[in-house]
Amino acid sequence: MLPGSSDQRVEVTKLQELVYELKIDQVMTRQVITVRPDTTMRQLKEILRLNRISGAPVMQDGTMVGIISIEDLIKALEAGDIDGRVAERMAKQPQTIYADETIMQAVNTFGRYGYGRLPVIDRDGNLVGILTQGDIARGLLRRLEIDYHEEEIHRYRASHIFEDIASDQTGLILRYKVQPKDFVHCGEAASRLKRALERLGAKPSVVRRIAVASYEAETNLAIHATKGGDLIAEVQPERIRIVAVDTGPGIDDVEKALQPGFSTAPDWIRELGFGAGMGLSNIKACSDEMRLESKPGVGTRLEIIICI
Amino acid sequence: MTLAEVLAIIEGKLISAKVDLSAEVMTACGADLMSDVLAFTHAGTLLLTGLTNPQVVRTAEMAGILAIVFVRGKLPPAETIALAEEKSIPLLASKYTMYETCGRLYSANLASCGLFQVTADNWCNHASPTTNPAS
Repeated sequence: MLPGSSDQRVEVTKLQELVYELKIDQVMTRQVITVRPDTTMRQLKEILRLNRISGAPVMQDGTMVGIISIEDLIKALEAGDIDGRVAERMAKQPQTIYADETIMQAVNTFGRYGYGRLPVIDRDGNLVGILTQGDIARGLLRRLEIDYHEEEIHRYRASHIFEDIASDQTGLILRYKVQPKDFVHCGEAASRLKRALERLGAKPSVVRRIAVASYEAETNLAIHATKGGDLIAEVQPERIRIVAVDTGPGIDDVEKALQPGFSTAPDWIRELGFGAGMGLSNIKACSDEMRLESKPGVGTRLEIIICI
Repeated sequence: MTLAEVLAIIEGKLISAKVDLSAEVMTACGADLMSDVLAFTHAGTLLLTGLTNPQVVRTAEMAGILAIVFVRGKLPPAETIALAEEKSIPLLASKYTMYETCGRLYSANLASCGLFQVTADNWCNHASPTTNPAS
């Protein structure tokens, strides 16, 4: 992730989403180390040390009767009561959490009570796991990693489509409809094409040239074509061909239309920041080849080739 | 220059709700003609404009514009703000004219973005008044 980029914002939102989405039984530790009420504090010290844990639920005949932590052990040591029983030092009726609750509820409970761990029970009251703040962090990281990995695979698949699908000439055709005089949605075709090319793994500089050229072509269709038109992109591994085609009115003087600054666009188009006769020269500047054919009363076909 | 610095220099207003003010702009361009904006080459550029319609955001998206400053005290309509939100393009506003807003940023060493090579070549080839600019 780039620092300060929009990706970072996405990531934070993703984390917030996961906190509400992940359930406690997806991140908790299932193998719970427990002690008995008659376990001595000296035995407890060894159990905590050997298992590298900082606390344990206290079980009697299959029922949880309390919880004991390393803090209780320190207090016992201070009091010179290392051979005392867990039963005398444990916290009775410990705060628990249900396995089907969300991580968010656990985070709140940890925040409210300041406990180091929470025993996890099912709806029948059976102890099914134990949860620490470390479990939550690990669970979230694991999940983020899985999501990231899936996204990577997804991207890899898209960018290797031309290697995976073998033929003598593989091409991908993307067709976008452009509505006449629709300046609310004008730009959506170019925007979608841009995103598709990013997905396919095209270089950012090339994507930009294609985006600018197709946006200008789309704008031309929206401004001039009586019935709108089609923006068709044919993507091949080495080059992309973009064709903007309409059914009229056609251009009277193609030579003149290609001159920078020549425009027949109405004022309302100019108010939107277009129609200054720069569109075709912009398209030309972005493309490796450009052809414009038109017949008045029949239609116009603009073909652009950009090498990838 | 960070967006936070830009805001301070132009004594501007932030329009977008969620903006990463530490984002860096390398260059800037001022234009009310969107086709001209599309003719500038550099991605990561700050666009200064007096136009406020959603096509400004579309243009920014295609051209790789990093953020938009609306000049002359203009504020964009809701649909422009919504589209900018969707495309994650920060919107800022300045009460100063295009000339002064640009001047303030230029004086603070924010460089101008460049033109497409073809456009620049055209200038060299057709700069003389005796030459017909039509090609």
